[in-house]
Amino acid sequence: MASTTVATQSAWDGGTSPMGASYGKLMMWFFLLSDAFTFSALLITYGLVRSAHPVYNGEVDAFVFSPQYWPIPEKVFEAVPFFHEWNAPLVFVGIMTFILIMSSVTMVLAVEAGHRMDRKDVEKWMLWTILGGIAFLSCQAWEWAHFIHGTDVAKNAEGHVRIGASLISNQYGPRDFADFFFFITGFHGFHVFSGVCLNFLIYYNTVMGVYERRGHYEMVEKVGLYWHFVDLVWVFVFTFFYLV
Amino acid sequence: MAHSEETVHVNVLPPDREKIKKLWKVAGYLAAITAVEFAVAFLVPHHLKDLRVWTFILMTIVKAGYIVGEFMHLRYEAKVLFWSILIPMVFVVWMLVAFVYEGIQISLVR
Repeated sequence: MASTTVATQSAWDGGTSPMGASYGKLMMWFFLLSDAFTFSALLITYGLVRSAHPVYNGEVDAFVFSPQYWPIPEKVFEAVPFFHEWNAPLVFVGIMTFILIMSSVTMVLAVEAGHRMDRKDVEKWMLWTILGGIAFLSCQAWEWAHFIHGTDVAKNAEGHVRIGASLISNQYGPRDFADFFFFITGFHGFHVFSGVCLNFLIYYNTVMGVYERRGHYEMVEKVGLYWHFVDLVWVFVFTFFYLV
Repeated sequence: MAHSEETVHVNVLPPDREKIKKLWKVAGYLAAITAVEFAVAFLVPHHLKDLRVWTFILMTIVKAGYIVGEFMHLRYEAKVLFWSILIPMVFVVWMLVAFVYEGIQISLVR
Protein backbone atom coordinates (compact mmCIF):
# COMPACT_ATOMS: atom_id res chain seq x y z
CA MET A 1 0.00 0.00 0.00
CA ALA A 2 1.10 3.49 -0.69
CA SER A 3 0.55 4.64 2.88
CA THR A 4 3.30 2.37 4.20
CA THR A 5 5.96 4.32 2.31
CA VAL A 6 5.24 7.45 4.29
CA ALA A 7 5.33 5.56 7.60
CA THR A 8 7.13 7.44 10.33
CA GLN A 9 10.81 6.75 10.81
CA SER A 10 11.19 4.01 13.42
CA ALA A 11 13.89 4.19 16.05
CA TRP A 12 14.86 0.69 14.91
CA ASP A 13 15.91 2.06 11.53
CA GLY A 14 19.04 3.45 13.16
CA GLY A 15 20.53 6.87 12.84
CA THR A 16 19.36 8.02 16.25
CA SER A 17 21.37 8.04 19.45
CA PRO A 18 18.98 7.92 22.40
CA MET A 19 21.79 8.36 24.89
CA GLY A 20 23.04 11.46 23.11
CA ALA A 21 26.62 10.25 23.19
CA SER A 22 28.90 8.86 20.52
CA TYR A 23 29.62 5.13 20.34
CA GLY A 24 33.12 5.56 21.71
CA LYS A 25 32.06 7.67 24.65
CA LEU A 26 29.22 5.29 25.49
CA MET A 27 31.54 2.30 25.42
CA MET A 28 34.00 4.14 27.63
CA TRP A 29 31.19 4.71 30.13
CA PHE A 30 30.21 1.06 30.18
CA PHE A 31 33.81 -0.06 30.42
CA LEU A 32 34.20 2.23 33.42
CA LEU A 33 31.06 0.76 34.96
CA SER A 34 32.55 -2.73 34.68
CA ASP A 35 35.85 -1.46 36.03
CA ALA A 36 33.95 0.07 38.95
CA PHE A 37 32.57 -3.42 39.67
CA THR A 38 36.10 -4.82 39.72
CA PHE A 39 37.32 -2.20 42.15
CA SER A 40 34.18 -2.59 44.25
CA ALA A 41 34.83 -6.32 44.46
CA LEU A 42 38.34 -5.67 45.77
CA LEU A 43 37.25 -3.01 48.25
CA ILE A 44 34.26 -5.01 49.48
CA THR A 45 36.40 -8.11 50.00
CA TYR A 46 38.68 -5.88 52.02
CA GLY A 47 35.63 -4.74 54.00
CA LEU A 48 34.62 -8.35 54.68
CA VAL A 49 38.06 -9.47 55.81
CA ARG A 50 38.68 -6.38 57.86
CA SER A 51 35.39 -6.59 59.71
CA ALA A 52 36.05 -10.29 60.36
CA HIS A 53 39.27 -9.37 62.23
CA PRO A 54 39.34 -8.20 65.84
CA VAL A 55 39.73 -4.47 66.37
CA TYR A 56 42.26 -2.74 68.58
CA ASN A 57 40.41 -1.52 71.67
CA GLY A 58 43.14 0.15 73.71
CA GLU A 59 44.31 3.74 73.82
CA VAL A 60 45.37 5.12 70.45
CA ASP A 61 48.59 6.53 71.90
CA ALA A 62 49.56 3.14 73.28
CA PHE A 63 49.00 1.38 69.95
CA VAL A 64 51.57 -1.21 68.89
CA PHE A 65 51.58 -3.36 65.77
CA SER A 66 50.36 -6.92 66.29
CA PRO A 67 49.04 -9.71 64.08
CA GLN A 68 46.24 -10.16 66.67
CA TYR A 69 44.18 -7.19 65.50
CA TRP A 70 43.75 -4.90 62.51
CA PRO A 71 46.11 -1.90 62.67
CA ILE A 72 44.98 1.73 62.89
CA PRO A 73 45.88 3.03 59.39
CA GLU A 74 47.23 6.37 60.56
CA LYS A 75 49.78 4.48 62.67
CA VAL A 76 51.01 2.64 59.59
CA PHE A 77 51.11 5.47 57.08
CA GLU A 78 52.88 8.19 59.00
CA ALA A 79 56.11 8.80 57.13
CA VAL A 80 57.06 11.51 54.67
CA PRO A 81 60.06 11.28 52.32
CA PHE A 82 63.21 13.18 53.41
CA PHE A 83 61.76 13.77 56.89
CA HIS A 84 62.12 10.36 58.45
CA GLU A 85 62.14 11.62 62.02
CA TRP A 86 58.73 13.19 61.60
CA ASN A 87 55.63 11.51 62.83
CA ALA A 88 53.23 12.81 60.21
CA PRO A 89 50.23 10.49 59.96
CA LEU A 90 48.46 10.48 56.60
CA VAL A 91 50.27 13.62 55.42
CA PHE A 92 51.98 11.93 52.53
CA VAL A 93 48.82 10.20 51.36
CA GLY A 94 47.10 13.59 51.62
CA ILE A 95 49.69 15.03 49.24
CA MET A 96 49.05 12.13 46.84
CA THR A 97 45.31 12.80 46.97
CA PHE A 98 45.91 16.46 46.25
CA ILE A 99 48.15 15.63 43.26
CA LEU A 100 45.51 13.36 41.77
CA ILE A 101 42.70 15.91 42.23
CA MET A 102 44.85 18.59 40.57
CA SER A 103 45.63 16.35 37.62
CA SER A 104 41.90 15.73 37.27
CA VAL A 105 41.37 19.49 37.03
CA THR A 106 44.05 19.92 34.38
CA MET A 107 42.40 17.08 32.45
CA VAL A 108 39.02 18.84 32.41
CA LEU A 109 40.79 21.98 31.26
CA ALA A 110 42.31 19.99 28.39
CA VAL A 111 38.84 18.76 27.45
CA GLU A 112 37.53 22.32 27.60
CA ALA A 113 40.36 23.48 25.32
CA GLY A 114 39.51 20.63 22.95
CA HIS A 115 35.93 21.88 22.62
CA ARG A 116 37.38 25.20 21.47
CA MET A 117 39.77 23.50 18.99
CA ASP A 118 42.63 25.21 20.83
CA ARG A 119 45.57 22.92 20.14
CA LYS A 120 48.12 24.88 22.17
CA ASP A 121 45.94 24.78 25.28
CA VAL A 122 45.19 21.08 24.90
CA GLU A 123 48.93 20.41 24.69
CA LYS A 124 49.62 22.53 27.76
CA TRP A 125 46.95 20.92 29.95
CA MET A 126 47.72 17.39 28.75
CA LEU A 127 51.34 17.91 29.74
CA TRP A 128 50.30 19.05 33.23
CA THR A 129 48.02 16.01 33.53
CA ILE A 130 50.82 13.65 32.52
CA LEU A 131 53.12 15.35 35.00
CA GLY A 132 50.52 14.90 37.76
CA GLY A 133 50.18 11.22 36.91
CA ILE A 134 53.93 10.68 37.00
CA ALA A 135 54.17 12.57 40.30
CA PHE A 136 51.46 10.33 41.79
CA LEU A 137 53.20 7.16 40.58
CA SER A 138 56.51 8.35 42.03
CA CYS A 139 54.84 8.98 45.38
CA GLN A 140 53.32 5.54 45.28
CA ALA A 141 56.68 3.97 44.45
CA TRP A 142 58.11 5.65 47.53
CA GLU A 143 55.18 4.59 49.68
CA TRP A 144 55.48 0.98 48.56
CA ALA A 145 59.22 0.97 49.16
CA HIS A 146 58.67 2.35 52.65
CA PHE A 147 55.89 -0.14 53.36
CA ILE A 148 58.00 -3.07 52.16
CA HIS A 149 61.16 -2.06 53.99
CA GLY A 150 59.37 -1.24 57.20
CA THR A 151 60.02 0.92 60.23
CA ASP A 152 61.83 0.28 63.50
CA VAL A 153 61.23 -3.12 65.07
CA ALA A 154 60.58 -1.63 68.51
CA LYS A 155 56.98 -0.95 67.55
CA ASN A 156 56.10 -4.63 67.30
CA ALA A 157 54.09 -5.98 70.23
CA GLU A 158 55.13 -9.65 70.37
CA GLY A 159 58.80 -8.91 70.10
CA HIS A 160 59.02 -10.89 66.87
CA VAL A 161 61.61 -9.65 64.47
CA ARG A 162 59.32 -8.76 61.65
CA ILE A 163 60.44 -5.82 59.63
CA GLY A 164 58.52 -4.48 56.67
CA ALA A 165 55.91 -6.29 54.67
CA SER A 166 55.50 -8.90 51.97
CA LEU A 167 52.62 -11.04 50.79
CA ILE A 168 53.27 -13.64 53.51
CA SER A 169 54.22 -11.61 56.53
CA ASN A 170 54.24 -8.05 57.75
CA GLN A 171 55.16 -5.99 60.76
CA TYR A 172 51.97 -3.92 60.73
CA GLY A 173 49.35 -6.50 61.61
CA PRO A 174 47.49 -9.48 60.15
CA ARG A 175 48.87 -10.91 56.95
CA ASP A 176 45.72 -9.86 55.07
CA PHE A 177 46.41 -6.22 55.80
CA ALA A 178 49.54 -6.12 53.66
CA ASP A 179 47.94 -8.33 50.99
CA PHE A 180 45.05 -5.93 50.54
CA PHE A 181 47.38 -2.97 50.55
CA PHE A 182 49.41 -4.47 47.72
CA PHE A 183 46.42 -5.64 45.71
CA ILE A 184 44.21 -2.58 45.99
CA THR A 185 46.77 0.20 45.72
CA GLY A 186 48.66 -1.90 43.18
CA PHE A 187 45.63 -2.38 40.97
CA HIS A 188 44.86 1.31 41.24
CA GLY A 189 48.47 2.25 40.54
CA PHE A 190 48.40 0.08 37.45
CA HIS A 191 45.35 2.03 36.28
CA VAL A 192 47.21 5.28 36.87
CA PHE A 193 50.12 3.92 34.88
CA SER A 194 47.96 2.93 31.92
CA GLY A 195 46.22 6.30 32.24
CA VAL A 196 49.54 8.09 31.92
CA CYS A 197 50.34 6.01 28.82
CA LEU A 198 46.96 6.86 27.26
CA ASN A 199 47.38 10.52 28.16
CA PHE A 200 50.76 10.53 26.50
CA LEU A 201 49.29 8.97 23.37
CA ILE A 202 46.63 11.69 23.27
CA TYR A 203 49.26 14.37 23.80
CA TYR A 204 51.35 12.93 20.98
CA ASN A 205 48.38 12.85 18.60
CA THR A 206 47.47 16.40 19.55
CA VAL A 207 50.99 17.62 18.82
CA MET A 208 50.94 15.76 15.50
CA GLY A 209 47.70 17.54 14.60
CA VAL A 210 45.68 14.34 14.31
CA TYR A 211 42.62 15.76 16.07
CA GLU A 212 42.89 19.11 14.33
CA ARG A 213 42.62 17.32 11.00
CA ARG A 214 39.84 15.12 12.32
CA GLY A 215 37.91 18.23 13.26
CA HIS A 216 37.23 17.33 16.90
CA TYR A 217 39.01 16.42 20.13
CA GLU A 218 36.66 13.72 21.34
CA MET A 219 39.54 11.36 22.10
CA VAL A 220 40.66 13.80 24.80
CA GLU A 221 37.21 13.57 26.31
CA LYS A 222 37.16 9.77 26.27
CA VAL A 223 40.56 9.37 27.84
CA GLY A 224 39.57 12.16 30.21
CA LEU A 225 36.68 10.00 31.44
CA TYR A 226 39.13 7.23 32.20
CA TRP A 227 41.47 9.60 34.01
CA HIS A 228 38.69 10.99 36.21
CA PHE A 229 37.61 7.45 37.01
CA VAL A 230 41.11 6.70 38.29
CA ASP A 231 40.82 9.77 40.52
CA LEU A 232 37.38 8.60 41.64
CA VAL A 233 38.70 5.19 42.66
CA TRP A 234 41.46 6.85 44.65
CA VAL A 235 38.86 8.83 46.59
CA PHE A 236 37.36 5.53 47.73
CA VAL A 237 40.71 3.86 48.40
CA PHE A 238 41.76 6.90 50.42
CA THR A 239 38.63 6.71 52.58
CA PHE A 240 38.41 2.98 53.11
CA PHE A 241 42.07 2.11 53.34
CA TYR A 242 43.62 5.16 54.99
CA LEU A 243 40.93 7.01 56.91
CA VAL A 244 38.42 4.47 58.24
CA MET B 1 57.48 20.12 2.43
CA ALA B 2 54.79 17.67 1.61
CA HIS B 3 53.07 18.21 4.91
CA SER B 4 52.46 21.91 4.60
CA GLU B 5 49.87 21.30 1.92
CA GLU B 6 47.73 19.50 4.46
CA THR B 7 47.41 22.52 6.73
CA VAL B 8 43.82 22.83 7.86
CA HIS B 9 42.23 26.04 8.86
CA VAL B 10 40.77 25.81 12.35
CA ASN B 11 38.61 28.30 14.10
CA VAL B 12 40.00 28.56 17.64
CA LEU B 13 37.47 29.91 20.09
CA PRO B 14 38.45 32.00 23.14
CA PRO B 15 38.45 30.30 26.57
CA ASP B 16 35.07 29.99 28.24
CA ARG B 17 35.91 31.92 31.44
CA GLU B 18 32.61 31.08 33.10
CA LYS B 19 33.11 27.33 32.62
CA ILE B 20 36.76 27.37 33.68
CA LYS B 21 35.88 29.31 36.82
CA LYS B 22 33.26 26.68 37.66
CA LEU B 23 35.79 23.84 37.18
CA TRP B 24 38.24 25.46 39.59
CA LYS B 25 35.42 25.96 42.04
CA VAL B 26 34.64 22.23 41.96
CA ALA B 27 38.35 21.52 42.50
CA GLY B 28 38.21 23.86 45.49
CA TYR B 29 35.26 21.94 46.94
CA LEU B 30 37.12 18.63 46.52
CA ALA B 31 40.21 20.01 48.25
CA ALA B 32 38.08 21.51 51.03
CA ILE B 33 36.21 18.25 51.66
CA THR B 34 39.53 16.39 51.82
CA ALA B 35 40.77 18.95 54.34
CA VAL B 36 37.65 18.39 56.46
CA GLU B 37 38.25 14.63 56.28
CA PHE B 38 41.71 15.23 57.70
CA ALA B 39 40.27 17.38 60.45
CA VAL B 40 37.81 14.63 61.36
CA ALA B 41 40.58 12.03 61.29
CA PHE B 42 42.61 13.94 63.88
CA LEU B 43 40.06 15.85 65.92
CA VAL B 44 37.26 13.34 66.41
CA PRO B 45 38.43 10.77 68.98
CA HIS B 46 38.73 7.14 67.92
CA HIS B 47 36.13 5.79 70.35
CA LEU B 48 33.43 7.64 68.38
CA LYS B 49 33.98 5.09 65.66
CA ASP B 50 30.50 5.22 64.10
CA LEU B 51 30.52 8.99 63.84
CA ARG B 52 33.96 8.93 62.19
CA VAL B 53 33.11 6.18 59.72
CA TRP B 54 29.78 7.69 58.65
CA THR B 55 31.26 11.17 58.19
CA PHE B 56 33.99 9.69 56.01
CA ILE B 57 31.48 7.71 53.94
CA LEU B 58 29.19 10.71 53.51
CA MET B 59 32.05 12.96 52.41
CA THR B 60 33.36 10.33 50.04
CA ILE B 61 29.95 10.14 48.37
CA VAL B 62 29.84 13.93 48.04
CA LYS B 63 33.32 13.93 46.47
CA ALA B 64 32.37 11.09 44.13
CA GLY B 65 29.26 13.06 43.14
CA TYR B 66 31.34 16.09 42.18
CA ILE B 67 33.86 14.05 40.22
CA VAL B 68 31.30 12.01 38.30
CA GLY B 69 28.74 14.80 37.93
CA GLU B 70 30.98 17.73 37.04
CA PHE B 71 34.37 16.44 35.88
CA MET B 72 32.95 13.46 34.02
CA HIS B 73 30.00 15.59 32.97
CA LEU B 74 27.47 12.87 33.75
CA ARG B 75 25.04 15.35 35.32
CA TYR B 76 24.57 17.00 31.93
CA GLU B 77 24.26 13.83 29.85
CA ALA B 78 20.96 12.35 28.67
CA LYS B 79 18.87 10.95 31.53
CA VAL B 80 19.02 7.44 30.03
CA LEU B 81 22.80 7.46 30.17
CA PHE B 82 22.80 8.95 33.67
CA TRP B 83 20.57 6.22 35.09
CA SER B 84 22.21 3.41 33.10
CA ILE B 85 25.39 4.19 35.01
CA LEU B 86 23.87 4.90 38.42
CA ILE B 87 21.29 2.14 38.79
CA PRO B 88 23.77 -0.78 38.45
CA MET B 89 25.71 0.71 41.38
CA VAL B 90 22.80 -0.41 43.59
CA PHE B 91 24.26 -3.92 43.34
CA VAL B 92 27.54 -2.63 44.71
CA VAL B 93 25.85 -1.02 47.69
CA TRP B 94 23.98 -4.25 48.41
CA MET B 95 27.16 -6.31 48.04
CA LEU B 96 28.96 -3.98 50.45
CA VAL B 97 26.24 -4.20 53.09
CA ALA B 98 25.93 -7.99 52.75
CA PHE B 99 29.66 -8.68 52.90
CA VAL B 100 30.48 -6.35 55.77
CA TYR B 101 27.58 -7.83 57.75
CA GLU B 102 28.96 -11.28 56.94
CA GLY B 103 32.40 -10.19 58.13
CA ILE B 104 31.02 -9.00 61.46
CA GLN B 105 29.26 -12.36 61.90
CA ILE B 106 32.52 -14.19 61.19
CA SER B 107 34.31 -12.12 63.82
CA LEU B 108 31.61 -13.09 66.36
CA VAL B 109 31.95 -16.84 65.86
CA ARG B 110 35.75 -16.86 65.70
